[in-house]
Amino acid sequence: MAKITFDGIEVEVPDGTTILNAARKIGGSVVPPAMCYYTPLKGSGGKCRACLVRVAAGSAKDPRPMPKLVASCITPVQDGMVVENTTNQQVLDVRKGIVEMLLINHPLDCPVCDQAGECDLQNFAFEHGVSTTRYEEERRTFEKIDIGPYVQLHMTRCILCYRCVYTANQITDGRVHGVLGRGDAAEIGTYIENSIENDFSGNVIDVCPVGALTDKTFRFKSRVWFTKPVNAHRECSHEKCNGHVTLWYKGKDVLRVTARKDEYGEVKEWICNECRFEKKETSDWVIEGPAHIDRSSVISANHYELPVLNAQVIADLPESTVRELEQNPPLKLGGPNGTSF
Amino acid sequence: MGRKLLTEHVNVEGIETFAVYRKHGGYRAVEKALKMTPDEVVEEVKKSGLRGRGGAGFPTGMKWSFLAKPEGVPRYLVCNADESEPGTFKDRYLMSKLPHLLIEGMIASSYALGARTSYIYIRGELLYVLRILEKAIAEAYAAGFLGENIQGSGYSLDLHVHPGGGAYICGEETALLESLEGKRGNPRNKPPFPAVQGLYARPTVVNNVESIATVVPILNLGGDEYAKIGVGRSTGTKLFSACGHLNKPGIYELELGVPVEEFIYSDEYCGGIWKGRDLKAVVAGGSSVPILPKELILKTAAGENRLMTYESLSDGGFVTGTMLGSGGFIAMDETTCIVKNTWNFSRFYHHESCGQCSPCREGTGWLEKVLHRLEHGHGSMHDIDLIVSVAKQIEGNTICPLGEAAAWPVAAAVRHFRDEFEWHVTHPKEATQPGAVYRGNLVLA
Repeated sequence: MAKITFDGIEVEVPDGTTILNAARKIGGSVVPPAMCYYTPLKGSGGKCRACLVRVAAGSAKDPRPMPKLVASCITPVQDGMVVENTTNQQVLDVRKGIVEMLLINHPLDCPVCDQAGECDLQNFAFEHGVSTTRYEEERRTFEKIDIGPYVQLHMTRCILCYRCVYTANQITDGRVHGVLGRGDAAEIGTYIENSIENDFSGNVIDVCPVGALTDKTFRFKSRVWFTKPVNAHRECSHEKCNGHVTLWYKGKDVLRVTARKDEYGEVKEWICNECRFEKKETSDWVIEGPAHIDRSSVISANHYELPVLNAQVIADLPESTVRELEQNPPLKLGGPNGTSF
Repeated sequence: MGRKLLTEHVNVEGIETFAVYRKHGGYRAVEKALKMTPDEVVEEVKKSGLRGRGGAGFPTGMKWSFLAKPEGVPRYLVCNADESEPGTFKDRYLMSKLPHLLIEGMIASSYALGARTSYIYIRGELLYVLRILEKAIAEAYAAGFLGENIQGSGYSLDLHVHPGGGAYICGEETALLESLEGKRGNPRNKPPFPAVQGLYARPTVVNNVESIATVVPILNLGGDEYAKIGVGRSTGTKLFSACGHLNKPGIYELELGVPVEEFIYSDEYCGGIWKGRDLKAVVAGGSSVPILPKELILKTAAGENRLMTYESLSDGGFVTGTMLGSGGFIAMDETTCIVKNTWNFSRFYHHESCGQCSPCREGTGWLEKVLHRLEHGHGSMHDIDLIVSVAKQIEGNTICPLGEAAAWPVAAAVRHFRDEFEWHVTHPKEATQPGAVYRGNLVLA
């Protein structure tokens, strides 16, 4: 076990844990943002530089500070390490710079982008960026490439996090897409316009932090904040898929199906294309209840979900209500402040 | 004239063949090394004070001693011959003229590190050098200096040459290893460092061509004797590739410690600035190091003579100093437009960024576009601060040093030649005339 101090908060984590995951153990606003790192994907991280932090003391043995800011998602902790994130102005300034860099070639077409509302880049820019730009030049654009019946690739929005490449490598049976080209002309593509046909190819949509890979069966159907996420499952015949999903309802219609994500937007259980694209009737599914969408999501702002109960809320409830809730517990709720009955 | 340890026999007829090279004392270092223990060879290199000749100047002996040596796991030595820094062309010269010197250095170094397979990763454009090396390697195999049981010592080594695809980024050691493994040449996140997990996730040392070649004179002379050459911690001799507006550009082997002024103006070396013109600025170690104006390259800020050593060139940090880098010495005369030159460097780094991490991918392009605007008379005063700010946002925040390499020249050009940038903004018409250049307030075509 290693004990580290992160933004003045002490936390103990197993050896080999990354700084980012140690911070996630603390949770809340001290957690550095991550645009390319994705826990279930081996080798991911280190590319977007959004999670840079300052290591003020390397370890108990060698308390010298590290000369440069380090990417917290790939740097393992050392016992006695002292890390500064939100408490260090340099880190915050650099992060502002990273937002600016990621946005200079981004089309900022959020008003017509399906990802808006659940976009990591949107959240990142909102939380850490500035509202103006110093970039006056022409933005880089790409032609749309057809990569198959289910997934829409819109390369202009891509931030080259490589998550979809790792997903195809590690989750699907064969990768047919990758990064072509170099520098700011680098793009995600399939060699000679190959279409991506694979039982698990839909997962690249879930891992994409921006709107570069979107669900063709959901495109332009609705803004995500007008849909209601509901957890559901079904018996899936695919050996690698256990059918645990989130259904997104608008009225009575299931507009789309996604894998379930945790509070950092990470998928823990991958789902197959059949569950994702073919099963869009309520009758296909066993409904479990509303899904809680965490972080700064506009989706949760509508309060259609069960209230997340914290101690204060419970104290204010009439005693009869509390008793009733205890006898007939509603669905289990997650979240940092959530209490389940 | 100082001693020449690497290029002593470079003009001998047929020195690229094994027989002639051997006749001029070749492969003595290998014979000597094979009689020593590997640790003794490492010790000699440590004693010599040899510092990496690729640009960073990290002590080679120390790098070797960091190599992890787990039991039963192969180790590798990889020679970085992917020389592509603008202004640097010493390795190409060394390899094409003296291929056996590199091979001899590779054998001795591989023996010291316990590597049984070694690679020379050569820049793809240097196909003719690759052929020279392959021919020389075949000769070395035939003479029993490569392959099984070298010269009856029991030590075996296989040496391969592998051409890159022509990407500057593959000169970064971890991108080089990725490329050598057959993958896309993206730099790796560090740690783990190559000394622990390098080629095929095995412990690996990556050294520059000249560093490895220098092991030969170190073994021939002995580490202590070699360390006597040079000044302070800059020991030995180093190749400099001088180019630009010089009377005699070319490759020079210098004992470290020659004054910069002597190097530029003495007839023994570059012979002064061409066409009788005045020197304006120098980029002392390849395009990525900070540019310095004449006053600061000849003398340090403290008024001392600047010497061709690691320490003296970096005297004053980045405020008034630069770096020795890879030894790509670019001299610019008074007719050079610094804005245009900076834009040209930026264009190179924009083109060569691998695109993996966001500050470099986006920032290098941004720098190039703003510099293009400034050079073509469409810039504003605000743009000058903008490029400094963007350079600062890239520097230190990237996976590999390419980000810094792109940021330093821009920051240094504005630092030392700000009035010239401002002149491009205030006098766009004059500045965009062909051959126009800023000299105080004068425009001379």
